[in-house]
Amino acid sequence: MTSPGRPSLNIAVLYPDLLNLYGDRGNARAVEERCAARGIDTTVLGVGIGDDWSSRQADIVLVGGGQDREQRRVQADLQRRGEDLREYVDNDGVVLAVCGGFQLFGHHYRGWDGEIMEGIGIFDAVAAHPGPKIARCVGNVVALWEGETVVGFENHGGRTYLNDGQQALADVVSGFGNNGGDGLEGAKVKNAYGTYLHGAVLPKNPRLADRLISLALDRRFGAEAAELPPLDDSVALRAHAEALHAALSARESALGRRFA
Amino acid sequence: MRALGSGGTALPGLVVERLHPDALSQLANDLSATALITGTNGKTTSAAMLARILRADGRAVVHNRAGSNLLRGVTAAMVDAASLLGRLPADANAVLESDEAALPAIAAAAPPSVAVFTNLMRDQLDRYGEIESIARRWADALSAFPPETVIALNVDDPLIASLAHHWDGSCLSFGIEDPDIPSAPQGEIMDAVWDPKTDDDFRYSRRYFAQLGRWHTDSGAQRPTPDIAADNITFAAGLTSFTLQLPRSSVDIALPADGLYSVYNALAASTAAIALGVAAETIRDGLESHEAAFGRQEEMVVEGRRVRLLLGKNPSGMNQALRTLQRPGERHHLLVLLNDGIADGTDVSWIWDVDWESQAQHCESLTVGGHRAADMALRLKYAGFPEPCNPIENDIGDVLRAALDAVPESGRLTILPTYTAMLDVRQRLGQMGAARLWDVAR
Ligand SMILES: [Zn+2]
Repeated sequence: MTSPGRPSLNIAVLYPDLLNLYGDRGNARAVEERCAARGIDTTVLGVGIGDDWSSRQADIVLVGGGQDREQRRVQADLQRRGEDLREYVDNDGVVLAVCGGFQLFGHHYRGWDGEIMEGIGIFDAVAAHPGPKIARCVGNVVALWEGETVVGFENHGGRTYLNDGQQALADVVSGFGNNGGDGLEGAKVKNAYGTYLHGAVLPKNPRLADRLISLALDRRFGAEAAELPPLDDSVALRAHAEALHAALSARESALGRRFA
Repeated sequence: MRALGSGGTALPGLVVERLHPDALSQLANDLSATALITGTNGKTTSAAMLARILRADGRAVVHNRAGSNLLRGVTAAMVDAASLLGRLPADANAVLESDEAALPAIAAAAPPSVAVFTNLMRDQLDRYGEIESIARRWADALSAFPPETVIALNVDDPLIASLAHHWDGSCLSFGIEDPDIPSAPQGEIMDAVWDPKTDDDFRYSRRYFAQLGRWHTDSGAQRPTPDIAADNITFAAGLTSFTLQLPRSSVDIALPADGLYSVYNALAASTAAIALGVAAETIRDGLESHEAAFGRQEEMVVEGRRVRLLLGKNPSGMNQALRTLQRPGERHHLLVLLNDGIADGTDVSWIWDVDWESQAQHCESLTVGGHRAADMALRLKYAGFPEPCNPIENDIGDVLRAALDAVPESGRLTILPTYTAMLDVRQRLGQMGAARLWDVAR
């Protein structure tokens, strides 16, 4: 809903019916709620396969994760939007791409059967599935982002590798992150954020949610509009603490097993 | 009054499995018939209904209760039932609920006379993986079934209907024929959106919930007319009435349970019973004597208040539990319990895919608890629920106390727990002297 005189943001959710597997719709809810609490109007638009849409109408683009078969299904349509989305990111457009969406926003994803799914190359990264016999990366994650913890849940078969010069979003404290090897989580190019974290990630990481909102406001209305008054985040921070506890106690018991 | 029983039954199975790894197949040799029931939602209740029907038919029944549905739990049930001689009662029928992933192992040890598939929905992705991998596993399991097995398929679920392509033997289908069942709210989560064989979208002339309904595809695939169907469905509190249409007759059923998913459970049980040669009137007698299975629409009384447990462990299951609460003018005292144990799914992301928004206006008081109480509180806050009427508590005893205190004398508390939270709260209710409603009435 929009009303005259109030700032307003357009949120686009790519493929909400297909990349909807892991609760990532919570990210759009978090942006809506946190904007509403500050008198900022939002419009959330779902963008499906074949829809006539351009990123010029968007302030924040969200894309979630799905099964391999759903990722395969959106691939061609996403290719068609590749140039438009790359231009959007070049112009400081805000993106949050989660899991499968993160993989497709890299150069490509090689599935467990060797099939290549082309991405749109926003992140200088490639993802590959190590094969059907190799375990998925599943569990609670804690990572450090700008000196603060971010928490979420990961569940991915593919491993992402960042090319030289591609900045990660965060450093893994507990969990697998991009590939379980290099200690990196996600990627960041200008205002485009990629991550493996579900949870959904934004509701219980309110600072990250506010960062995306604030970047979008800055781009549309200038730096002054981008300053966000604090909210009562007691419930969100408590949820953050629970997720932190779940991740770290699972790690403790894994260590306990190893040394038993 | 009878104290509430506990739910854990897998330990003797573990012991026997270690001592005697092929115990289950040896015991299974003595059975005259075995019904396996699997699927994401409804298998515990469907199995309980089938056991009732078979008992009403005068048969001896071996039944793994309370969701002990891994190979170990099934073995335990058989061992429990076996006499000291190590044999099962003569001519016993086994009703075995099988975890989706455990189906191949259980079917190999106890070859089914009838195998029922209820539905296939997203559930605990951290544990089961994605739907596609379960569907593949089931197709493999079918190829190892004895050729005389009858498979019973819920054809309202296109993913279940497609199992018929993997089976050359007999098949009985079931589904809902009532044209007056309302469609699911727009935006409710749906898992299977297209046919994996042809890549066509599933389209719906009516969709009841999740991907269940009257489906078809552009290449001409469509929901088959079911052999066994429910029609003339009416809902009242605690009682669902319908006409059960069987291949050669029909019978009116007054089922003491709530919601459309209870009708599906009754259809699953009835279809298995038909495959096992039970008469229509006996099916009716069995269904009408139904008592809620452990934690599933279970009602009890504690401290003068009624308490109802509605298990919800995945988005579709929880959406259905919430829909049974929505009656015009009714408002509820709710206790929502979210745990993240292995048996609940360690990933709690799924709560964002539940249509809590539809329930927000029907909430009189709200209490949240469980290991991930704050995650739940945050989700419900975003859904527009009233503030929880007490601080967020992870401890089950404290939270139950707070929830009961919010309910006036002679009022009713509705508890929506995940699986291990259901076990916890049920045990706590037992310690507080809770008794099942029908035990009090007797
Ligand atoms: Zn994922």
